[in-house]
Amino acid sequence: MAKITLDKIRHRYGASSDTEQDFALKEIDAVWSDGGAYALLGPSGCGKTTLLNIISGLLTPTEGAVLFDDRDVTMTPTSERQIAQVFQFPVVYDTMTVYDNLAFPLRNRGVPEDQIRVRVHEIARMLDLESMLRRRAAKLSADGKQKISLGRGLVRADVNVIMFDEPLTVIDPHLKWLLRSKLKELHQQVGVTMIYVTHDQTEALTFADQVVVMYDGTVVQVGTPVDLFEKPMHTFVGHFIGSPGMNVLPCEMAAGEAIFAGTAVPTASSATDLKSAVLEVGVRPQFVRFDTGGFPVEIVKVDDLGRYRIVEVRREGHSIKMIADEDEKIPSENPRVSFEPEHTRIYADGWVVN
Amino acid sequence: MGIELRNVSKLIDGETHIYATDLTLQKGGFNVLLGTTLSGKTTLMRLMAGLERPTSGEVWFDGEDVTGVAVQKRSVAMVYQAFVNYPNLSVFDNIASPLRVARRPKAEIRERVEKISELLKLDSMLDRYPGELSGGQQQRTALARALVKNAALVLLDEPLANLDYKLREELRDELPKLFEDTGATVVYATSEPLEALMLGGFTAALHAGRVIQYGPTADIYRNPTSLLSARVFSDPPINTATVSKTEGRFALSEEISWPVPDAYANLADGAYTMGIRPHHLTLDESADNAVRISGTVLVAEISGSESVIHVNVHDNNWVSESHGVRPYEVGASAHLFMKVDRCLYFGGDGELLAS
Repeated sequence: MAKITLDKIRHRYGASSDTEQDFALKEIDAVWSDGGAYALLGPSGCGKTTLLNIISGLLTPTEGAVLFDDRDVTMTPTSERQIAQVFQFPVVYDTMTVYDNLAFPLRNRGVPEDQIRVRVHEIARMLDLESMLRRRAAKLSADGKQKISLGRGLVRADVNVIMFDEPLTVIDPHLKWLLRSKLKELHQQVGVTMIYVTHDQTEALTFADQVVVMYDGTVVQVGTPVDLFEKPMHTFVGHFIGSPGMNVLPCEMAAGEAIFAGTAVPTASSATDLKSAVLEVGVRPQFVRFDTGGFPVEIVKVDDLGRYRIVEVRREGHSIKMIADEDEKIPSENPRVSFEPEHTRIYADGWVVN
Repeated sequence: MGIELRNVSKLIDGETHIYATDLTLQKGGFNVLLGTTLSGKTTLMRLMAGLERPTSGEVWFDGEDVTGVAVQKRSVAMVYQAFVNYPNLSVFDNIASPLRVARRPKAEIRERVEKISELLKLDSMLDRYPGELSGGQQQRTALARALVKNAALVLLDEPLANLDYKLREELRDELPKLFEDTGATVVYATSEPLEALMLGGFTAALHAGRVIQYGPTADIYRNPTSLLSARVFSDPPINTATVSKTEGRFALSEEISWPVPDAYANLADGAYTMGIRPHHLTLDESADNAVRISGTVLVAEISGSESVIHVNVHDNNWVSESHGVRPYEVGASAHLFMKVDRCLYFGGDGELLAS
């Protein structure tokens, strides 16, 4: 088990120039605590796999250092980093039994058979694989095989970190939640540092205590699921997390207040000096309300999603999405809306203004 | 008018894939086929397209019997889950290909491809090749090719399944709009209830080769006629439990009971299956007309803006869904508020009992 320090890491593939755009991974400076559950979340091309490969040792960063506890492992090969990895596709030995698959990493390290037996049974119990230990791995379904891959990652007691790279890709949608919850439970039981890479918000937010959101090679926010929902630090976080994403609307400043389409919008940001930046206000659809004291809008569309409705309204050509519960009345005449000030923020060049 | 299946069934290698089905999809409508893998969605589509011949029954299209008419002779377009494009043709040529096959004049081809590519935001990449596009752009190219034909029947078989969720969200919003003015009858297959709700229109709920309910999408979500229909159209799954009816009250346990609603007043006393959807079992105390139920948290799942808590309640594993992000530790206790006026009651045969 280990604390992981990323000390001013940057990475670029190939190119020799030193401009910021050439870096697939822009500077990251972070400390991830021992035993934590972290998720790296972002769309494809955001740099999350690059970062994962740097931590596992498959890539050496162009700049900076990786530390496990206080040991610099930047130049240490993967095989000597004591890490376990679980990939998108199950890696199992089809001809071996489930038991032998789980025992394999321990036998490789010369662990005595009696200790192996205890450990394999323990892990099999956690994963509900106990009744299948004697079966050949080839006979298992995709989710069964992926459980074996997870088990092989968990079976070693000496790992510094377990890394998961989109581990639920091949799992049937209706089985996904079972494995998602299993992983969370396993983390609580074994207490090893875990890093989970995904582009799926539900997987990331369900699994992790701390979610690292990446966009265009930059970490845009590290926070708890509640932080990401309630206080997006960047418009990308607001957009990418939550369905539908946060409304991002152009604004200007006048007398310290945000003005959207001619109306002052109270926010939780205290704006003082915002001259050059592109200014926007961000508010999630959950925090937009019909309010007779609000500003006038026109209703464009109502999507009935059964449990709630997504209402699209427009003000001076700007579309705003809001959530209305199934019993909530949608005004038929002169609709007006307002934003909850404590959940409305100003963003300058994409970044939140506090 | 539109597409009509009259007593259509399909056996493949002696196995029934579709049981005798009557289904009429309105002309110009947006229709969703909702069901799990193997429920018969793809087979139904292939029957509609003319890619399969029904074992019995007839397929009618716009007032004409088209049973046995080959797909090439019908005005049909189909889009699959995997992005099917010609890798060696530019985006323009990919979209233009059905018009070239139909030998349309050059000027018309250019005009129609440009119009459709603008609609699908592909107009800036007409010279590129599929390999240079993102997954979403590739699937939009496949969609554009299906649209440019102005086919009278458009069949979309889980077209968004391979895309990431933000893109899916966007395209689900755009798709019904794209077809709105074309007059085409659209059939869209999906295994995701939420997707059906986002697409709107009409939905046929499918289970094991049978259409178990058909109607306006939000309507059949709210008013399932059977427990099976409620199960097909519920994600997370609908919660069920056995309740007993005595002296004008439904009871889940000795402590938890509520008055019988009017719609069920004539029901004989006895045991029934109750169903309650996860969003009617919330963590919000303010819920009107609710009874409080306590349980132990098994799992807390969090999407970006909704929380789904799995709870053990009276030996039932139930699921509760609430707005916002609500972290819960496994093993903690949670108080849930069940909106009893939203409960559905089913008989031994699984049919809804409300009068």
